[in-house]
Amino acid sequence: MSIPKNNYKFETRTIHAGSAPDPSTGARNTPIYQTTAYTFDSTDHAASLFNLQNFGFIYSRLGNPTVSVLEERMANLENGRAAVACSTGHAAQLLALHPLMEPGDKILASRNLYGGSITQFSHAFKKFGWGVDFVDATNIKNIKKVLNNSHKCIFIESLSNPNGVILDIEKIALIANNAKIPLIVDNTMASPYLVKPFEWGADIITHSLTKFVGGHGNSMGGVVIESGKFDWFQSDKYPSMTKPTESYHGLVFAETFGDFGYSMKIRADSLRDLGSTLSPTNAFYFINGLETLHLRMERHCKNALKVAKFLEAHKKVSWVSYAGLTKNKYYNLAKKYMPKGVGPVFTFGLKDGNEAGKKIISKVKLFSHVANVGDTRSLILHPASTTHNQLSNEQKISAGAGPEVIRLSIGIEHHDDLIQDLRNALTHI
Amino acid sequence: MLKNEDIVYEDYYIRSILDNTKTIAMIGLSSSWQRPSYFVAKYLLDRGYKVFPVNPREAGKTILNQKVYSSISEINESIDMIDIFRKSSDVDLIIDDVIKAKPSTIWLQIGVVNFNAAKLAKRNNINIVMNKCPKIEYGRLSGELSWAGINSGVFHNKRRIIRPIIN
Repeated sequence: MSIPKNNYKFETRTIHAGSAPDPSTGARNTPIYQTTAYTFDSTDHAASLFNLQNFGFIYSRLGNPTVSVLEERMANLENGRAAVACSTGHAAQLLALHPLMEPGDKILASRNLYGGSITQFSHAFKKFGWGVDFVDATNIKNIKKVLNNSHKCIFIESLSNPNGVILDIEKIALIANNAKIPLIVDNTMASPYLVKPFEWGADIITHSLTKFVGGHGNSMGGVVIESGKFDWFQSDKYPSMTKPTESYHGLVFAETFGDFGYSMKIRADSLRDLGSTLSPTNAFYFINGLETLHLRMERHCKNALKVAKFLEAHKKVSWVSYAGLTKNKYYNLAKKYMPKGVGPVFTFGLKDGNEAGKKIISKVKLFSHVANVGDTRSLILHPASTTHNQLSNEQKISAGAGPEVIRLSIGIEHHDDLIQDLRNALTHI
Repeated sequence: MLKNEDIVYEDYYIRSILDNTKTIAMIGLSSSWQRPSYFVAKYLLDRGYKVFPVNPREAGKTILNQKVYSSISEINESIDMIDIFRKSSDVDLIIDDVIKAKPSTIWLQIGVVNFNAAKLAKRNNINIVMNKCPKIEYGRLSGELSWAGINSGVFHNKRRIIRPIIN
């Protein structure tokens, strides 16, 4: 089975993929199916749904007609085979790993991850018996050095939060491929508009939908997407995929469902049992958000480059870490992987360090001091005391969230107003 | 050398086959409910198709309440489609019987590709589909596959009518 060809352009698919007029009413926009359960036509019909022999809805913990529109649209936009949506980006990471990992297995992860992911991997997952090795993946030799048989996947961010590290996805995918393990890419910060990880050989993509997909800072959500190209049977590393599943009377997911077996396994097993379901109302907001993803990302990137250039030239600023600037060390990788722009989230440092950083946050009048990114509004944050607070000082510095670092998420307001706001705030330092 | 992923069919071709088919003989249908072939048969029966199981090991018994035949030549009714769940190379062993039954369509399941069979089908004016599953294609084109978050690649600006489940 191959993935159906997408004949329409990305901008058309953000609006149309996965949705259709409602079969019973003709409603053109996707309705919010705010229901927990669905009637069965007969006991036999019910049994065939529970046994996964028929497609259909059983209970909204497992699937919902509004949520499934979002899932198909995300799978389509990433040029993937299938997707499972869930309550948050963190839930997406748990669901993505659940079919791959057994107690004693390990994740090989880039050390340049969102602070919350580092904490989730190092502490919460430890209780499941899942280990993690963090490496500086900017040099792929570090991955090769650490990689061993206990690793069941490689996990990276396509564009790292907060400091915009861009990894050589294609080369890392090749390492994963040779080791017969999937490469998982968190594509939250780039969104499918800027980077398509499957085109560079990734096998699984996760997103926090809360960021650019929703885009308006109104809903929490996550999604796992599979490429459909990973061969589960090439090794005996993934018994959850290739051996009979007890809770489904011995069903072998990778066999029965073929190239969408991983998604079915996540939905029927992991989502069913871990329960991190996305609400239909939130799915509705994400579907709406996606319809303008291409327009917003274009403006986000354009504004961010202008703001970054302003800061780079400012005498009180010591550095700006934005891959859209020609001096940035990830500039060339950015040109390869994200030619349309590198997103609107970046960090900068002030010559006067930590205290000056805190001051600028208190003096801005338009930027909001919040722990989020990817909003229409411009946001400002001191990662060391917030998003990356749980990390050790050493971890903070290696994740690009040292004490002098300020993170911006540039919104889609007029860039002149954003620059003026920062210029004013900088006069107080 | 043609690779499996190079085998693509237009949606209208698959749709017209599924719309014009009423009876399906399934060669290699398993009696074990966890097997993919059983899933496919159950789904197609629920969509109103008449299914003739063909499986010499189960001959004389029933699968999903349908009488099992030991070979295709035993079936006296007209067969619109022959759906084959066998290894690609094994298709050569049965293709003569399959052609003799004069179906409108020969359908080879996911992973089953046999270019000799395709050639013979074309020569006899029989539709051929390879490396696909009628359940997945039916679900994809009807919109049901999308319910599981699967990328159907199908775009609609009109209401779809999903064929009712028959019990």
